Amino acid sequence: MRYMMLLSGTNPATPPPPELFEAIMKLGGEATQAGVMLDTAGLLPSAAGARVSLTDGKVTVTDGPFTESKELISYALYEVRSKEEAVEWASRFIKVHRDHWAGWTGSTDVLQVMGPVDPAGP
Amino acid sequence: MTEPGHEATRSAIEAVWRIESPRLIAGLARITGDVGAAEELAQDALVIALEQWPVQGVPDGPGAWLMATAKHRAIDLIRRRAAYERKLQEIGRDAALRPENSGEPDVDAMDDHIGDDLLRLIFISCHPVLSPEARGALTLRLLGGLTTAEIARAFLVPEATIAQRIVRAKRTLTARRVPFELPSRAEIPGRLTSVLEVIYLMFNEGYAATAGEDWMRPPLCAEAMRLGRVLAGLMTREAEAHGLVALMELQASRVGARTDPAGEPVLLADQDRRRWDRLLIRHGLHALVRARSLGGPPGPYEVQAEIAACHAQARSVQSTDWERVAALYVVLGHLTPSPVVELNRAVAAGMAYGPARGLEIADKLVTNPALASYAHLPAVRGDLLAKLGRLEEAREEFGRAAALTGNERERALFRARADACVTAVSGSG
Repeated sequence: MRYMMLLSGTNPATPPPPELFEAIMKLGGEATQAGVMLDTAGLLPSAAGARVSLTDGKVTVTDGPFTESKELISYALYEVRSKEEAVEWASRFIKVHRDHWAGWTGSTDVLQVMGPVDPAGP
Repeated sequence: MTEPGHEATRSAIEAVWRIESPRLIAGLARITGDVGAAEELAQDALVIALEQWPVQGVPDGPGAWLMATAKHRAIDLIRRRAAYERKLQEIGRDAALRPENSGEPDVDAMDDHIGDDLLRLIFISCHPVLSPEARGALTLRLLGGLTTAEIARAFLVPEATIAQRIVRAKRTLTARRVPFELPSRAEIPGRLTSVLEVIYLMFNEGYAATAGEDWMRPPLCAEAMRLGRVLAGLMTREAEAHGLVALMELQASRVGARTDPAGEPVLLADQDRRRWDRLLIRHGLHALVRARSLGGPPGPYEVQAEIAACHAQARSVQSTDWERVAALYVVLGHLTPSPVVELNRAVAAGMAYGPARGLEIADKLVTNPALASYAHLPAVRGDLLAKLGRLEEAREEFGRAAALTGNERERALFRARADACVTAVSGSG
């Protein structure tokens, strides 16, 4: 079962401490060693991006930053055997933020990627 | 335990177990020197977690908690053993169960060598003293954290059979005093071959069920691929480990296209290539580049991955580099001579140089006793004959293939091809 993890959050005024990067790298290394992480990358702030939308038949392009308070921070693709396993890895990444960056708040959406053997929706 | 909250905790514990158990067992095997004992200690820790966590909540570092709990048990076990040793010596008997290091175990060293310990665990699970069936079951148990029931379901055998295989395997390792060590440099090639075989068998068992109605069993594929990645990550300098990963990723990339919405098999030539998994193809090609970059003559997994890569990179059957595929089958035939490889060469040569050339190769295999009941020989000949317009002979061959296969869905496919020959004959006549 493949899961897409989307991490979003609100950064405190303090810069991210080097220990956070260290811990994220370590945990990422563990997930890779366990053979479950297929892909991951960090995302630049939405100020560097754009949004293409369709409203009432009209396509509009809006440059970032987007107005939401939370920014998407990174994505990761996992191949695991259960939703609980995906949730466990997501929890570990969230806890790393709690332990190393005071004031940071955020969340990870754990979404199952539709696969050849998965039912096509609920 | 019926409360939904408790059920949720239970699922969370199972997830933690799957993530942590290989490292846990590997570390414990290092300090006890016995894989069976290590697994029991790890299981003990799991039982304690199942009792405590639903009540007290899941601890913050569940992996570390399991490790600490199991370590305490390991110390107890080793102390008991040491006391037993002393007792035996007091009464003047030679100790039969002398541990490698008597005295206090260095349990903290456990965390420093996780990679090496995992690798030791892989090599011992795939040890040549074990039967091939036992290797697969033990590997899934110790490195996949799968329950006996899950392994039984994956291999389509009764649970009792798997339980027995695992118990016997552990007993054999103890009885033969197989040390929890990495193979020596001289032993590595042979031992690695055994490990790669176990993983690839597991993958194939999942990828193409040869009997029964299921065309494939994906969880077995996924687990084999995961183990392959783990192994390649631990043995970065071994080209064949990367070769096997490449082969599995590239083959698995076609899973989504291998069956139609009705669950019927779709052969490579007829697959909708837009449904191939681009992520897995990218992974597979990347692993293949790694394998190539390590130099030396390519091994059989790397060559098979090269063949799979030819398909993965082609936008259609017609644009496939069939000459390269045919040449790679020649190389593969030198590395692992087999009539099945020769049959595949016939298919590739048929595509590269025309059906007559392919048939020429396939015809030489007809008298080969190893292929006497191999459904794909008549199927390939049927296909080549049909392309040459020899429809009556083609129909007979597809009929033969349908009678030989043990896979229900494959049989339906061969029957359909036989019927198509009849329609074409009567249509043209």
